[in-house]
Amino acid sequence: MKALKTTPAWLQALPMGAVFFLFFILPLVLVAAVSLWPQNEYALEPGFTLDNYATLFRGCLFDAGSSDLCVTAKTYLSTLKFCVLVWAITLVLGFTLAYFVAFHVPGIGAQTALFTVMTIPFWTSNVIRMISWIPLLGRNGFINQTLMDIGAIRQPIEWLLYSDFSVVLAFVHLNTTFMMVPIFNSMMKIDRALIEAADDCGASAWQTLWQVIVPLCRTGILIGSIFVVTLVMGDFVTVGVMGGQQIASVGKTIQVQTSYLQFPAAAANAVVLLAVVLLFIVALNRLVDLRREL
Amino acid sequence: MAVGNRRRSCGFWLLAAVCALYVLFLYGPVITIFVLSFQGPEGGLTFPMRGVSLHWYRQLWAGLGVVDIGAAVRRSLALGIAVMLLTVLFSLLAGLAFRKGFKGGGALFYSSVASLVMPSIIISLGIGLQFRLFDSLIKSALERMGWTQMLEQYTTLMGLATSGLGAHLTWTLPFGMLIMFAVFNRFNPAYEEAARDLGATPWQAFRHVVLPMIAPSLVGVGMFGFTLSWDEIARSSQAIGDVNTLPLELQGLTTTVTTPAIYALGTTTTVLSLVVIFAALAAAAAMRHRALARA
Repeated sequence: MKALKTTPAWLQALPMGAVFFLFFILPLVLVAAVSLWPQNEYALEPGFTLDNYATLFRGCLFDAGSSDLCVTAKTYLSTLKFCVLVWAITLVLGFTLAYFVAFHVPGIGAQTALFTVMTIPFWTSNVIRMISWIPLLGRNGFINQTLMDIGAIRQPIEWLLYSDFSVVLAFVHLNTTFMMVPIFNSMMKIDRALIEAADDCGASAWQTLWQVIVPLCRTGILIGSIFVVTLVMGDFVTVGVMGGQQIASVGKTIQVQTSYLQFPAAAANAVVLLAVVLLFIVALNRLVDLRREL
Repeated sequence: MAVGNRRRSCGFWLLAAVCALYVLFLYGPVITIFVLSFQGPEGGLTFPMRGVSLHWYRQLWAGLGVVDIGAAVRRSLALGIAVMLLTVLFSLLAGLAFRKGFKGGGALFYSSVASLVMPSIIISLGIGLQFRLFDSLIKSALERMGWTQMLEQYTTLMGLATSGLGAHLTWTLPFGMLIMFAVFNRFNPAYEEAARDLGATPWQAFRHVVLPMIAPSLVGVGMFGFTLSWDEIARSSQAIGDVNTLPLELQGLTTTVTTPAIYALGTTTTVLSLVVIFAALAAAAAMRHRALARA
């Protein structure tokens, strides 16, 4: 018992610190290092070369005259397109849902129940949640069948599955929770007296929403945005399964290169992806102190 | 409440409709595959149902092609339980450490948050690289020592219990840490001080006062640990070596299996997740109830 009295804090933090050092910090350092190693057919051989980056950006910097974009730029644009679309949709949807539960559902019991119902799928398998769209969206799926039965269409709609549409749909399906939960958390911290004050001063519901609630949810919106943007930027599973393995994404490029054992090329790609994501997080972190808001 | 009561007329119902549609959007597809997994032997991947049977569950039990589903389930269960226990233990310890404050606390906090939002493919690639480099280091060391027999037997350090476990922990520990932060930020130290005033040792104060109060949250941390590991794909994908976990097998099967057997598998693993989630929610609620009753 005497020993426990003096258990120093750093010793208690050590197991978690060791995990992050060994499985997060060190791997990231190695990715950065290997991105500068020469590509070798069989083994990972240390060295120093910028070839991997040169290959990655071939045609991007010096070929500005031609109208075609380089592969890397195309892939990033495609991924960014998904990012912006999914971010906008999950933001509006997540905010609306959080607002309804936080301000319109009466009683803490009903709020907790509804919130739980909306978060349970987060703890179930993403792949299964993706597969579940197949019987609905497929060529002979439920939606096409129904539309043909009522005579709205003559031929099945082809773009429902294995398309940009199904990728965005699945992203929204999987990631809205990441936006909703932080915003809900922010909303529950808002002092209800502020809303009554706004009301007493003659603000309409719309004015209260925009001038009181939205500014006070800034933290939640930013945290949710970080989640959604990083999840979509690095994704390869959703784009793979819902895109029928036909749509390019940054994460998928890295995965394919890794499976062909092109580690230096994959590492260079990962460094560039990391730089893009870090820029985004640093920019957001300047706007909000994450630690104080928990 | 005040807002709700006044505008229950239009705004409320519009928002309620959005919410109801969202819940349908969330659960509709999964319910579809639940139903289709009971498709008759003649049935296909889509509606209509051609009879109702357990045919596809029997097919699943017999095995899907070359993939040994039973072995994958056992591997994922073992890994999930290990991840759950370590997540609870490490998060609790780190939570206690953060309460007291320590040098490097900021660094640990930020690396944890960074690990949470880091694109998984980068972590997976990094861990995969790391273990390959470990392997070549060990091999060259064995070679230099002249231990040829060990060298011949040595294959790789990469595996479920090493790189796989580590990859999963980088995903579950941040959630555990954030939950512990939320718990201890709201924790009233007066209870502990009272215990100490009554002569409790720090261990007794922790064991009999703090632990019972935070137990429901620890159950929550455990649930995050298990369910997130059970479904993990992105971080395991490049970091697990030769054997696959269940979700990785499942991802592979999406392109090769074209019968409702895949729905039977999906239904089975989702039901297991749901059982764990509801057991955890019920246990946490029961603990809170008991604590309230005692107080």
